[in-house]
Amino acid sequence: MKEIITALGRTFIRMPIGMLVVLKHLFKKPVTLDYPRKKKPMAPRFMGRQYLERYDDGSERCVSCGLCAAACPSDCIYMEPAENEKGERYAKVFEINLLRCIFCGFCEEACPEEAIFMGHDYEFSADNRDSFIWTKEDMLVKHPRKDNPFKTLFRRVRKVYGVTDKTR
Amino acid sequence: MSLEFFIVTFVKIALLLFVLLTACAYSTYMERKILAYLQNRVGPSYAGPFGLLQPLADGLKLIFKEDIVPDRVERITFALAPVVSFIPAMLVFAVIPFSSEFDLFGLLPSATEGVISDLSIGVLFIFAVTSLGVYGLVLAGWSSGSKYSLLGGIRSSAQMISYEVGYGLSIVGVVLVANTLSLTEIVSLQSGSLFNWYIFKQPLGFMIYIVCGIAETNRAPFDLAEAESELVAGYHTEYSSMRFSMFFISEYANMLAVSAVAVTLFFGGWAGPFLPPIFWFLIKILAFMFVYIWLRATFPRFRYDQLMNFGWKVLFPLALFNIMLTAAWELYKNS
Repeated sequence: MKEIITALGRTFIRMPIGMLVVLKHLFKKPVTLDYPRKKKPMAPRFMGRQYLERYDDGSERCVSCGLCAAACPSDCIYMEPAENEKGERYAKVFEINLLRCIFCGFCEEACPEEAIFMGHDYEFSADNRDSFIWTKEDMLVKHPRKDNPFKTLFRRVRKVYGVTDKTR
Repeated sequence: MSLEFFIVTFVKIALLLFVLLTACAYSTYMERKILAYLQNRVGPSYAGPFGLLQPLADGLKLIFKEDIVPDRVERITFALAPVVSFIPAMLVFAVIPFSSEFDLFGLLPSATEGVISDLSIGVLFIFAVTSLGVYGLVLAGWSSGSKYSLLGGIRSSAQMISYEVGYGLSIVGVVLVANTLSLTEIVSLQSGSLFNWYIFKQPLGFMIYIVCGIAETNRAPFDLAEAESELVAGYHTEYSSMRFSMFFISEYANMLAVSAVAVTLFFGGWAGPFLPPIFWFLIKILAFMFVYIWLRATFPRFRYDQLMNFGWKVLFPLALFNIMLTAAWELYKNS
């Protein structure tokens, strides 16, 4: 008798409760995204593919000092320095092998010129290994660019630490 | 047997087949979409607006796929099995009344009744035909020459034979109350008011019917015949291309058939206020399909011994009890 009552309780109380729990989810917002068409906004500190910053007049900030390459734990940065006609150093070749890169952000921390930053780009799949070697041309930001979310952030950081920005 | 009779019947059959096959295709879409939202996902959304062309894309894909016939199959049976499971699924709809008298917006010469064939033994016909469906699955499992298919086929045959008992007996109650085997008469007996529906006179019978109906169509939580975590895909493991899609269509047609029979026997068939009868019929069927999907999203699969115990030790005695109760009530009422 007790068994029958338990079975009836399961059938008429427990099972409908379970079904209602499932039904509740019909009216919830889906947790998945319609991915390639809709994208999740990345967190400001998300560390994606690196990019190279410029001065306001458009010249490159990188002086090819090699500190980022030295700091890199996976040795994915390769650079060749050169001098321009004004006698300033710049990176003739600057390559990052994104297959080796572990996106730790040490290059960003090591850079004394505030030239290399971790960006928000995470979609760089390719079908051959050569496409994963990103050159300087790929990583330099476009020159006249409208908004730079990092600029305000780094101005604030500089103010806190009392560092003046090198400008041209 | 006039020419008009043949033309009208042909038109009805063509219409019903067209609607049925489209409904089968779109119930896959409905299932995927609702299941997705029940699991907080988005579901198919690429083909067409809201993924509405997804069934079409799936169909095209299946048609253009290579039809692989493995080496060790029994060729004739292998080719026959999908057809054997496909035809009974379609055949059920021959006796199901889907509308009141209609003349197709004046296209037909005179008003015709909304059923292809008004058999006086419609209920018996449905049971005869739905039981045939199991042969398709068994033959497919046996002829494939694969252990997974064989296990799936044997499981489905055992399951369907067990649940056929409860399925059949659950309807005897309705037949006792209605005192007829004709589906059109059963529908007309339920018309008039909501409380004439037989679900209010046969609640236990309806519950047994719906549980057995889900088991009959091999749907979750009774989908042991194609338990993908144990048997790859069960009886249709070795099938591909159109032959596979015929099994697929027949599964959904069987679901629609069980829903249609449930609507006809327990929910007043096409009867309903305001809207045209055919819409009421479709709305009720859709509600049933939703319950099917809802159950699939909620309950995990039964273990095989649980399934057998449940069928024979719970549903069978309950169905007998229901018949006894109904018969006693009818006797008391008529005496």
